[in-house]
Amino acid sequence: MSTDVTPTPSDYRAMEESTTLAPLERLGSDDMDHELLTLNMGPHHPATHGVLRLLVTLEGEVVRDLKPIIGYVHTGIEKTAEDKSYWKAIPVVERMDYLAYYFNAYAFCGATETLLELEVPPRAQYLRVIHMELNRIMSHLVWLGTSALDLGAMSMFWYCFRDRELILDLFEQSSGARMHTRYIQIGGVAEDIPRGWEAKLREFTSQMPTRADQYNDLLANNEIVLQRLRGVCPLAEEELLKLGVTGPLLRAAGNPWDLRKAQPYSSYDHFDFNIPVGTEGDNWDRFAVRVAEIYESVKIIEQAMDGLPEGRTITDDRKVALPPRHELATSMEALIHHFKLVTEGFRVPPGEVYFPIEGPRGEYGCFVRSDGSSKPARVHMRDPSFVNLQATAPMTEGSYIADLIATLAMLDPVLGGIDR
Amino acid sequence: MPDSVGLELLAQDLAARAGADAVLATVYFRDRATVIVEPYTIVPVLEQLREKGYGALMSVHGVDYYPEEPRLGVHYELLDMNAVDRVTVKLRVTLDNPHVPSVTPNWPTANFQEREIYDMFGVIFDGHPDLRRILMPEDYEGHPQRRDFPVGGEPVLFTIDESEGTAYTQ
Repeated sequence: MSTDVTPTPSDYRAMEESTTLAPLERLGSDDMDHELLTLNMGPHHPATHGVLRLLVTLEGEVVRDLKPIIGYVHTGIEKTAEDKSYWKAIPVVERMDYLAYYFNAYAFCGATETLLELEVPPRAQYLRVIHMELNRIMSHLVWLGTSALDLGAMSMFWYCFRDRELILDLFEQSSGARMHTRYIQIGGVAEDIPRGWEAKLREFTSQMPTRADQYNDLLANNEIVLQRLRGVCPLAEEELLKLGVTGPLLRAAGNPWDLRKAQPYSSYDHFDFNIPVGTEGDNWDRFAVRVAEIYESVKIIEQAMDGLPEGRTITDDRKVALPPRHELATSMEALIHHFKLVTEGFRVPPGEVYFPIEGPRGEYGCFVRSDGSSKPARVHMRDPSFVNLQATAPMTEGSYIADLIATLAMLDPVLGGIDR
Repeated sequence: MPDSVGLELLAQDLAARAGADAVLATVYFRDRATVIVEPYTIVPVLEQLREKGYGALMSVHGVDYYPEEPRLGVHYELLDMNAVDRVTVKLRVTLDNPHVPSVTPNWPTANFQEREIYDMFGVIFDGHPDLRRILMPEDYEGHPQRRDFPVGGEPVLFTIDESEGTAYTQ
């Protein structure tokens, strides 16, 4: 066999050799460099975490302008809630932000309880805290898995969803449903936790910090993750405040605003926990703050389980809460209360209340207006995803389109909450 | 929250600075302070409150007070992050003249929320940089969150009906 590698002369070879790497001669005007391309992303795009549509104006690969277009999953939940009695509105309100159903339900119930001037038993408050913090971990796990997926880390998605399943199993055991559990009721919670639930919860809280350590080891020392996140798309605290951004995004910029500490509700002042804050407000800080929040939520759950008070799990005000099942067979009064509650519902004194709580994405504020009837005259959810979405454009202007995807992942928008 | 006395002082101060007829009433309900103002004074009122420390506008939402008049309401939830204090500013406009000055130039967070109120209630925010529908389709007719807007019976546009034009809405 010949070892001669000199190519045989051919027309093709001649053409290839004549090619130089010098810049191509420019065609058309000198303004070619400044030509802008408007690109439509979505509404069906895997990196938008839902049906979010973005109109992106690009100069080469650099984002010059960005317009979010929303409304593709608008289902009129606020309108539907006006047509239902208060306790029947809870299931529809829960479906707004579908990763934070306990928070939606609690914001609505809290507003209604304020209108009713209703005291919630301490055991119910603790159970609410336990479930809300489990929900926060669950939401952060979904965020972590899908964001890592956007950065190209496939296996993180499976790990995070494995742990999310453990939380959903706990929800299923305590309320009968994995999602949209309807567990939080006006005046308390639907049912006490079943036997064996605590052991399962303890098992989860004992392994979750280790799991979070493992995720941190996988991602936080990963060269690709560091390059994609560190120093990318920062936004200063003042800008975030102007845009009304709350939650982990604001805390990543160094502002420790957290309603659980600032305006404690539902016994949050009984627990000892820290608020993770960032320094730069870049994508890395947004990532680190959320991962650190998982540990803090585990701490809160353990403390709440340790100190879980005995007593009722729902108010004993029979005008608001259903009577216990066993009384229906023996007590006429209980039967009447049950009938009135199930048919008409309860009446709420007229008034207007805005009830803000700290959810996994920021301030969930439920506005409820009562006109004195048994149906709310107006329900409005100030959803943090909706308000935070406005920060996408200022965050990403002047950055690469690949960083836009990473920033969107770190923003953690939930379109069910945005469109409601 | 400012207590009821603090609310009165706040209202007097607002009236002195933003115009004598700016403040219509104050409401203290369930430990929550509310100032009801004239619609045209909303921009200076919010600026005065910002100077008092209420530096964050957390929520803007609309209400339909049907059958009361004036029907439409717009609420502004202000927050003082340092003093951990909230105050609500409310205003009412009629259906015939649903014009409210936009606060978006001063509070960028109001952008989407004012668009939502325009979309859902038909309140027109003068001076808003981009007042379009946000949640409903651009060619939608009516303002669905109004209390006299029926629930249900919404015509659904299927692809097969597209050639029929907009007749499906009738």
